[in-house]
Amino acid sequence: MIVALGLILVAVGTVVFHFASPWWWTPVASNWGTIDDTIILTFWITGVVFIAVVLFTAYCVIKFKYREGVRAEYKPESHKLEWWLTILTSVGVAALLIPGLFVWNQYVTVPQAATHVEAMGKQWSWQFRLPGADGKMGKSNVRLINDDNPFGIDPKDPNGHDDVLVDGANLALPMNKPVKFLLRSVDVLHNFYVPEFRAKMDMVPGAVTYFWVEPTRTGTFDVLCFELCGVGHHAMRSQVEVMEQADYDAWLKEQTTFKKLLAENEVTLEQLIKRADEQTKKMKDALPKAHLTH
Amino acid sequence: MAEVYVPPAEVEEMELYHAKSWITKYVFSQDAKVIAIQYSTTAVAIGLVGLVLSWMMRLQLGFPESFDFIDPSDYYQFVTMHGMIMVVYLLTALFLGGFGNYLIPLMVGARDMVFPYVNMVSYWIFLIAALVLVSSFFVPGGPTGGGWTLYPPQTITSGTPGHSTGILLMMVSLALFIIGFTMGGLNYVTTILQARTRGMTLMRLPLTIWGIFTATVLALFAFPALFVAAIMTTLDATLGTSFFMPAALDQGVLNEHDGGSPLLFQHLFWFFGHPEVYIVALPAFGIVSDLISVHARRHIFGYRMMVWAIVIIGALSFIVWAHHMYVSGMNPYFGFFFATTTLIIAVPTALKVYNWTLTLWRANIRLTLPMLFALAFIVTFVNGGITGLFLGNVVVDVPLSDTMFVVAHFHMVMGVAPLLVVFGAVYHWYPLMTGRMLHEGMGKFHFWTTFIGAYTIFLPIHYLGLLGVPRRYFEMGETTFIPDSAQDLNAFITVVTLLVGFAQVVFFFNVFWSARKGKPAGHNPWKATSLEWQTEEVPPGHGNFGPELPLVYRWAYDYGLPGAKDDFVPQNVPPGAEGAEGGAAKA
Repeated sequence: MIVALGLILVAVGTVVFHFASPWWWTPVASNWGTIDDTIILTFWITGVVFIAVVLFTAYCVIKFKYREGVRAEYKPESHKLEWWLTILTSVGVAALLIPGLFVWNQYVTVPQAATHVEAMGKQWSWQFRLPGADGKMGKSNVRLINDDNPFGIDPKDPNGHDDVLVDGANLALPMNKPVKFLLRSVDVLHNFYVPEFRAKMDMVPGAVTYFWVEPTRTGTFDVLCFELCGVGHHAMRSQVEVMEQADYDAWLKEQTTFKKLLAENEVTLEQLIKRADEQTKKMKDALPKAHLTH
Repeated sequence: MAEVYVPPAEVEEMELYHAKSWITKYVFSQDAKVIAIQYSTTAVAIGLVGLVLSWMMRLQLGFPESFDFIDPSDYYQFVTMHGMIMVVYLLTALFLGGFGNYLIPLMVGARDMVFPYVNMVSYWIFLIAALVLVSSFFVPGGPTGGGWTLYPPQTITSGTPGHSTGILLMMVSLALFIIGFTMGGLNYVTTILQARTRGMTLMRLPLTIWGIFTATVLALFAFPALFVAAIMTTLDATLGTSFFMPAALDQGVLNEHDGGSPLLFQHLFWFFGHPEVYIVALPAFGIVSDLISVHARRHIFGYRMMVWAIVIIGALSFIVWAHHMYVSGMNPYFGFFFATTTLIIAVPTALKVYNWTLTLWRANIRLTLPMLFALAFIVTFVNGGITGLFLGNVVVDVPLSDTMFVVAHFHMVMGVAPLLVVFGAVYHWYPLMTGRMLHEGMGKFHFWTTFIGAYTIFLPIHYLGLLGVPRRYFEMGETTFIPDSAQDLNAFITVVTLLVGFAQVVFFFNVFWSARKGKPAGHNPWKATSLEWQTEEVPPGHGNFGPELPLVYRWAYDYGLPGAKDDFVPQNVPPGAEGAEGGAAKA
């Protein structure tokens, strides 16, 4: 009896904890409330199964407890029952999977209207880059990163000259505008995550990854690194401020651009190009000859 | 069951190697049962290191800024070593090297493994692998702190502890482990396929053997992927190759790599890593099926379905690996495929759960210690399994991935649940190994603290994950979204963790105390049908059985057979003898 009570206690305790727990997700601030809905759906379907299995087990423990001289029923199989259970389980699984894939399809389909923002991770801080008036970001390369060019923007690419750079400050986003985040890392894996947005993606050195989000309420939200990236992982933070369009426009005006940054540092584009060419030459010289002939 | 007359073996038995000295009997032993004890002891010893590491992590999480001796480097090293030790060096070694070695020859009716010498070498290589792993705690820079997933570029760049020596020792240790395991694994598979006694058809095998067999096949296919990943990482780190290393900065300085793919490592790692989950789970599935059947005094329900479910789960486990990589930056369209295959696995897995519970239906349930642990397994496994439906369903995984929800999920499903089976199995087979019963009262205390305690630890951690608390964080620091109460919860979890951890002392005391002082068990104390309980001697000697190997006439689940004298009929009782006086007790 104690055992059955223990099992029932676990089932009931789990339900009570679920509904009474003060630890629950932070209110969503993006279009991905649909992801929350899929989580709720999953809680209901799997929760019912969990409770049913545990209570059935507890019932059996009470009802069929050992009695001397009693024999268990000898009925090794029941095709009918096994088929029904297979079908019911498959229906339950489909009820989880179909809505899930439906929302995933939205997750991987970036709206045409989405503006681009680049988030760049490095041990252990964040940098952000936005396209300038031309709407395009310049090419970039980790090899071009130096003190005068902290984003590694290709100085030969005119698209990059007016890129807006946010280095060591918060990122701002306009409300109700879809944004495609282009994610880069200069050293190891990182992951860009704003819990209120619900959307995340790893940042992989040597590649550009992406996800998209549409912020739906104003506020200041934490940006955290969500992929172990070394001893400073837990301290790799920033914030993103979602604001009304007018405020955003004002914020954007205050930011520096690549060209302005070069002027501040008293470096010319030509000097940067020269350094980039030297860098390329140095790299090619360092490679074994056989490598070049291929 | 249809009965067929089985003629006695006509092929003469091979002579076993008989130990000539104490050393060859107990140290360099070729007896699978001794090797099993060696494997288990080593696995548990290093598992205790893993346990202590988890206390260190919990101290830091529960009471941040209180312990000067834990800095971020230490913490990430604890995280890494705890994970790798528990998954590979404890659970894999214990289930396959420990239970596999002990039970396979006995349960299939063989005198030993088919390659006893290789079996012995397997253990000694495992021991060296474990020692190499432990040695990394004592080298400059300490062990690797790159997470048990060992993702490059991080593991071999300077922002990570143990990036020079520690990671290399880890890779060497893993390579050794895999070599040793392959020797053992080939043995287990060959023994099960080739050395079954007469009449032991595949569909008469106890589910324990089906679980261990399928898990071993998975391991033989999966470990090579880890092996090559370990070799390639070692080459990247030492010879400057670029398998996984792209051109990138290392502390602001451009490295000398170019064109490598960090994602390639992840694919190789998880091609091993996902089957690894089932390498741990399938033996637990098999063993728990037998525990439930024996102690519920009823046949397992749907035996054939149970066998096929094990095989199908094993096969599917090779095409779901990228569900660990939904937000890794791989092509997001893979998500559709891997979410579908992952959720399909839920069907055979759920059927196994149904059949365990349906075995209890109209049974005659003895609430023995092994049964208690089996019931606790059902609860924790279902709990951990359903959270897998969250994480496997690609879009649901997006907010949850890399949070404490994942930590809670895999601890419940492949930590707590399989370890409860390990405990149940120890209480079940201890009488066979020692001839004595474990103490019931101590066992009950151990059961309740471990089951309720572990559930109390891991259930709330799911909710921290929902809240957005990331895994692998040395400390949370200031955030706008985590309430202060989360810290109180963390402190509470830490206290429970320490209590549950110390409660294991009772278990170990019981194991040592009962070996001398325990109640004598006699032959077949649980009245079980499978062959390991039908040996002449208890504990079984070298060669397992008497002059003749047992002949098998039936499946391992003739409990409550109508017309039989007792409520169980051992596998070696011939048809027609079930009703005879003493027919069931001794064939």
